[in-house]
Order: sequence, then C-alpha cells, then structure tokens
Amino acid sequence: MSEHDAPRGEVRHTTSAGYGTTAVRLDQGHVQGSGRLPERFENPGLAPHVPRMADLDERAAKRAEKQVATLFGLSSLATIVFIVAYFAIDSKHTAFIPGIGEANLYNVVLGVLLAIALLGVGVGAVHWAKTLMPDTESVEMRHPQRASDADRERVVTNLTEGGTAAQLGRRPLIKFSLLGALALPPLALLLPLLGGLGPLPKDQLSRTMWKKGDRLVRDPERTPIRADQVTIGSVFHVLPESIKDSQHVLEDKAKAAVLLMRLDPEDIKPAKERDWGHDGIVAYSKICTHVGCPVGLYEQQTHHLLCPCHQSTFDVTQDCKVIFGPAKRPLPQLKITVDSEGYLVADAPFREAVGPSFWERGHA
Amino acid sequence: MNALAARRRHPAAIALLLLLGLVLTGVAYSTFAPKQADASPAAASQVEEGKKLFLANCSTCHGLQAQGTNVGPSLAGVGAASVDFQVGTGRMPLAKPDVQAPKAKVRFRQPEISALAAYVASLAPGPPIPDAQYTKGDGDVAKGGELFRVNCAMCHNFAGSGGALTRGKYAPSLRNVQGKHIYEAMVTGPQSMPVFNDANISPQSKNDIISYLHAIDKEENVGGMNLGNLGPVSEGLFAWVFGLGLMVAFAVWLGRKAA
Repeated sequence: MSEHDAPRGEVRHTTSAGYGTTAVRLDQGHVQGSGRLPERFENPGLAPHVPRMADLDERAAKRAEKQVATLFGLSSLATIVFIVAYFAIDSKHTAFIPGIGEANLYNVVLGVLLAIALLGVGVGAVHWAKTLMPDTESVEMRHPQRASDADRERVVTNLTEGGTAAQLGRRPLIKFSLLGALALPPLALLLPLLGGLGPLPKDQLSRTMWKKGDRLVRDPERTPIRADQVTIGSVFHVLPESIKDSQHVLEDKAKAAVLLMRLDPEDIKPAKERDWGHDGIVAYSKICTHVGCPVGLYEQQTHHLLCPCHQSTFDVTQDCKVIFGPAKRPLPQLKITVDSEGYLVADAPFREAVGPSFWERGHA
Repeated sequence: MNALAARRRHPAAIALLLLLGLVLTGVAYSTFAPKQADASPAAASQVEEGKKLFLANCSTCHGLQAQGTNVGPSLAGVGAASVDFQVGTGRMPLAKPDVQAPKAKVRFRQPEISALAAYVASLAPGPPIPDAQYTKGDGDVAKGGELFRVNCAMCHNFAGSGGALTRGKYAPSLRNVQGKHIYEAMVTGPQSMPVFNDANISPQSKNDIISYLHAIDKEENVGGMNLGNLGPVSEGLFAWVFGLGLMVAFAVWLGRKAA
C-alpha cells in the first residue's frame, strides 16, 4: 500500500464506525478492503432447492393434472370442430366479425380453431413439464477437451510414417503436381457458377427505349398524347410508343416510364428545363435516382414530386432537383417536342442513365 | 321571274347562290342538330340564390366578387364540378386554415350546393358537374383497376386507403366516396391533386375507375383483419407489437419456475 493511499485508509476507519471494521465503503471497493482480488472466486454452488406446490400438496398436483388435461382436451375439441367446420361452412360465406368487419367466415373460423388446437398442445405440455415433471437440479461437469499426450504422440507418428512410406519427401514431382491437381479443380466448379449469373449487362442500364421521334403514349392505354390535351396541372403517366415492339415489356417499362406534367412556363426556373419541354409541358423519368422506385406523387400546387419508398422529394420547378430525402441526383429530363400532327414526341433519348447509381454509370 | 332568269348569268349570281346555300344549311343544322343536354345556363334565380349563399358563407376568404384574397384563391374558372366536390364533401367552408382542407360534415343541402355551383359556374367557364351516366360505377372493374394502379395508386394506395404526401399533406382515403365526387376530383384536381382531364382519362375510363373503387368498397376481408390495407407499415407494426409481444410473453412464462 503506497503512502498516497494511507490517508484514505484512515478515512475508512473513522467513517465506518458502527458498521464494524470489515465494512467496505461503496466508493472504495475491494482494493482498499482486503488488499487485492481473491486468487479464485469460490463456486457459490446451486441455489437452495425450493419445492413446488405440486410437490408438497397432493391437491395442488391434482389441480395441475386437471389443467393440463383441460388444455389437451381443448386442443382435441378444436381439431374436431375444425373438421366439422371444414365441411359445414361454405367457403364463400361471409359474416360480420367484431373488430374485423365483413370477413370470410370459413378462413377466420379455420384459422382460430387451428390456433387453439396447436396452442392447446404446446401450452399443455409446457404446463405439465413445469408443474408435474421432476424439477431436481442436476449438474454435469465439463470434460477437458485436450486429448491425452499419448494419443497426440500417436497421431503425429502415424502421419509422419505415412508420409515417409508414400515417399512424399523423396519425390517432389509427385508432391507439387498433386498440389496443383488439388488446387485447380475448384475453378471448374466456380466458373459455371459465375457464368450462370447471366450475360454481362453491357449498356442496358444506360439506355432506355426512348429515341428521337418516339411518340409519348399513355400508360396503360398506349394512346398518343396531343400537346393541347395536357392542361395546366395535369399529370400523364407515359411510355414510349415503341414499347409495343418490345420483347421484354416489363424490363423496358421499368426503365422507360416517364411522368409528363404541365406547369405555367413562368414557374419553371432553369432555361434548360423550359427548352427541353414544350410550352410548359415537361417530361421526367419516373424512376427514382435513389433505388429505382416509381416517383409518381406529384403535388400540383407545390410542384413537388415525392417518391413513396423513401420520401425523396424533387422540385419540378428546378429541373427536379432533390430537395429532401436520400436521392443524390435530380431525375433525368426527357427532351420533348411536337410532331407535324401535334402529338408529343421525344426529341432525343435520355441524356444520362435513368434510375439508381451503378458502378459503370457515366462510362457506357 | 323573267327578271331573275335574265340575270342568271350575272357575275354576282354564283356568289349569291352560295351565300343562300350556306345560310339555309346553317339554319337547318341549328334546327335539327341533336342538342347537348346542358345544365350550365342555369336559371337566373338559381344563380341569384347562389350569389346570396356565396356572399354569406364564402366571401370572407374568396372575396365579394369571388376574385380571391390572400387567404383564399379566385374561383373564376374553377367550374361547378369544383364547388360540388369541395362543398359536397364538407371540405368547404373551411373551419380553419391548415395544410389541407379535411373531409368534414357537409354544411349545405344539395339544392344550396347546386345554387352555389351555378353561381360560381356563371363567373367563368369551367368543368361542369359530370353526367350521371359516367359516375354510376357500372363500368369495367378490371380496366378501372389497371387505370387506378397506374394513375392513382401511388398517392391513394392500391386499395384506396389514402397515404401521406409532403409536409403534413395527404391523399385522402377513397373508401365509400360517391362516384360523382371521385369524378369531380379527377377533373378539377383539388388541392395537391393533379388534374386528370377527360382528354387524359376519358369519361368512360373514369367510370371504370369509379367501378373499381366501388367494387373494393364492397369486398369482404378474405384473410381476416385487413389492418387498414396500409401495407407494410401497419402489418409490420402488428407483427412487431403483437406477434413479437406474444413470443416474449411465452418466453418469460417458459423461463419462470412454477409456484
């Protein structure tokens, strides 16, 4: 004990008066008390065994027995009613069930009965084990895991003798060719696994179906849209007309979906957005730049476009700049114009890849 | 007759004849052409009554001439459909300014609403109250469902349960809404909702959408409680609170010694 600690020792003796000299103050701990931690903590052993009600009182045991039997009986009963209900109730029949409303009676009744049948067995079994099955504590000591020295010795001897007998040390040619033969075959297994992941995507992620002159058509009717039909405040869900020739409609739709809106041209701030649109009609990719959900929640008063998945919010008056949420890039704009018949057409494909980021983005 | 016959080769004769033909055709067309049933040139008395109701109930916010003030927009050109929707669903008159006018108790009887609508429609042309044949909901439910999922479901939820928008605004539930009000909302684009005019979604397609919504109103819950049809939020909450709660309760019970 150092000199530094001495005054605190004094304090302990003076303030613990009345509690006996062995009492340890909470702010001092073991180091001050007996000097150091004990070499080993003693095994405190098992807590004293407390007998259960059913162990002491025969009537309590009888009661527990009845409870378990009731639970098992309830389970059997539910199963029998289940079988009856299966045939008795018309599967189309509906009924008003409090808390649920108008519901299919067949499904609800079968579900509830099945729950009672299974829970009855489970709860009954657990209750049986807890109240009536033996509950004496028993201890099984853990065996040491280390093998005996003799066994360890024998393994080493066996291996060395085997190696010598096989002439591994004398014939390195065999040793190294064997190593190669064992190391390479896994490649034959790995290659088809990687090849089975499918063809390389090439530029599929960077391109959509949109091309110059492709008419904008309504989703799902696929009818072309005249510019004068798009009144201010309108929103159209749009696909390229060429989707009708698509071999993989869902894949192509997932990239080419476009939202068409008409704003007051005065409200559009960037000149680029106005130039790429037509008289306040602007078309933006509907695929969120965060993880690719369809961004369709257009608020016509604030001109905010909200993505329903993670609440990324884009401002249509500012070239769909991200103003809230996890998206990092604005939605790509589709440059549109009108053809000789007054229908809206794409003036160019998307200038950048639509949708979420990927490794090769901007390189293809 | 001779005088006419004598002048039949006069240079003006052709022009006169053409003019006569055009006038006759025009008169005949306007006489025999089928007329559109139109309720918009409402009786002057109805407009007058509507104006009185407007001055008493709406002019505080919308201005004495419905020209709009800094607390309420101008009503010129919003049309009868807008009035019928806003007043007919209790959204107007607005009890207090908020992010959005909520659906509320309807304050006026239908004749009063019609009078208000007639007055506002008389200010400037706008979408009229839709023809009843397109709001009955007797159309193609499957096609309506497809149109609903493309055009409406992102805000109003796949089952029309409604959903959240930005900054406290929301898309209301479409459960048990009259077909007329659904149609009017699509045509007028109330509040945050964009406009879906008849050139975008035809009246017949709007009827299909109404049919779809009415069909899901009547649909029973096949699998028990539907949890509001709100999708993963309410289902997840239910599973985490009740499902997991039940399992924790069983685990605690399993771990306790019997008395």
